[in-house]
Amino acid sequence: MRPMLAIEALDLSRVFHVRSGWLRTRRTETIAARGISFEVRSGELFGLLGPNGAGKTTTIKMLNTLLLPTSGTARVLGHDVVRDPMAVRRRIGYVFGGDRGLYDRLTALDNLRYFSELYGVDPREQRSRIAELLELVGLAGREKERVEGYSRGMRQRLHIARGLLNRPSVLFLDEPSIGVDPVAARDLRRTIAELADAGTTVLLTTHYMAEADELCDRIAVIAGGRIRASGTPAELKTRVRSRDVLELEVYGVDDTHVTRLRDLPSVRDIAVEERGQAQLVILQVDQGADPRRDALDVLDGLRVGRIVNREPTLEDAYVAIVEEAARSAAGSVRAPA
Amino acid sequence: MSEPRPYVERVGPYRFLRLMAIGVRTHVLYMSRSPLQLGEAVVTPVVFATLAFYLFRAGGQGDQLLQASVGAGLMGTWSSVLSGSGAAVQNQRWLGTMETLVAAPTPLVLTLLPITVSTALVGSYSMAATLLWGVVLFGVPLTFADPLIFVVALLVCLLALGVVGLLLASTFVFLRNANALANSLTYPIAMLSGMLVPISVLPEWTRPISWVLPTEWGTRAVTTAAGGGEVILPMVMAAVLGAVYVILALLALAHVQDRARRAATLSLV
Repeated sequence: MRPMLAIEALDLSRVFHVRSGWLRTRRTETIAARGISFEVRSGELFGLLGPNGAGKTTTIKMLNTLLLPTSGTARVLGHDVVRDPMAVRRRIGYVFGGDRGLYDRLTALDNLRYFSELYGVDPREQRSRIAELLELVGLAGREKERVEGYSRGMRQRLHIARGLLNRPSVLFLDEPSIGVDPVAARDLRRTIAELADAGTTVLLTTHYMAEADELCDRIAVIAGGRIRASGTPAELKTRVRSRDVLELEVYGVDDTHVTRLRDLPSVRDIAVEERGQAQLVILQVDQGADPRRDALDVLDGLRVGRIVNREPTLEDAYVAIVEEAARSAAGSVRAPA
Repeated sequence: MSEPRPYVERVGPYRFLRLMAIGVRTHVLYMSRSPLQLGEAVVTPVVFATLAFYLFRAGGQGDQLLQASVGAGLMGTWSSVLSGSGAAVQNQRWLGTMETLVAAPTPLVLTLLPITVSTALVGSYSMAATLLWGVVLFGVPLTFADPLIFVVALLVCLLALGVVGLLLASTFVFLRNANALANSLTYPIAMLSGMLVPISVLPEWTRPISWVLPTEWGTRAVTTAAGGGEVILPMVMAAVLGAVYVILALLALAHVQDRARRAATLSLV
């Protein structure tokens, strides 16, 4: 028997039109989602990964009824997000990352009371439900303090509590750990894992690969408004199994160096991460190849620190998928019409 | 799959009252904790009371100082309702709560109504403060023709102001600079409603516009209740027109919410 689907997205597209100027009005068109299709089974923890502007938030907002798709259809627990938004809203929770989204001059308790009412929590249950959630997110004892005095991590936990007030069957988490310190992020991951264990379907977007690897049953990588790959974290990692990874800590890498490193024969993909004063250059290379000497030639004159060879991770798989998408987009732009 | 248990399916009278009570409590509490809004609430009534006193004395209408004070109080109330409705929607955008409110399984009109009622409540304070300053600073006598009728007329007037605010707030959901439009509407509607000067001094062609504003009938009810005259008809007219405005707000909101989802303006600041 086919497992019950919590989320079904079929060919979802979303185009934004922006008008600017008063006398000479200019209309620009941005395509944020281009035919996105995926399914999330009931009780699954599904990750949507992608770079900034890839279309993750747009996709979530179409699924949680805040945005109408330009074309395509989507259902949440069998209810159409366009035709029956109220039925969808009754069954979902929506939590987004960052500082905003709360009444900061009010206490956490006042915030939760208000949203309990709006989210239709039975008045007889409100008190116990709020106490239960404050305990779950570790804010019990701090609920009578104004939110403006809360740290970012505490605000994020309060967001989670708000999103869970109506015991949603499907929870949308849009970058919930953004800007949260490592300890708070670990607590957050634990809470999310507990929710999934308790049977809540979770759709999570995140930039943090370790978080996705640890939490998600399945992942879809989205770039340029399209889904580029999907599968379990293990399946995605097999895409880069035929590669090794060489990491070099370098001071002062610029675009010219990156281009020359990318052109080395055994290099398949390259990523650069800022690490304080230094940059971490991550080269994905053919299995068995050792471009260390060639790479050091390219970086001649720069201070090079630690050099490490390691197995590919989910992050490497992600970089490979996103780079491939960028190359194919550049190719399609260059191709004659 | 199990249904989400604690969801209350219909918005019956009990839930409606709870939504109103908790919504009004939340928003009044939130507004009362803004030093800027508190400062405005203290200063504005003094300004309006002074304006009314000198305006009426200069016009040789020193015998109508109470009506002037009441009109000035209504100006303060209206200013609070309108800027409150515009700012309420804009504030939700700034706070990032707009999307959370829209994503809630409660009709948006029932989320916005407590916000406008809260602004009307804060506005009623403006009326009391203006009358008080009139007495303290300028010795305006508080001799109402019928104090009880005045209170009833004032409640009807507050309701009329609130529903006009609701109608405007519903369209503000769609507008990016909602508060700018609210600011520019404050004085034209106050003039057309005869809050500070009677509509009889305005050009004849403005009369039909005034007649379709519940705020004009509400104002008429309050000022005649203070100085004496026919009160029931303006009160009934304010109530009937108020009901029509609620229906218009419901229709506008359904349309505007749909357009906002289409145009992606819910979270714009």
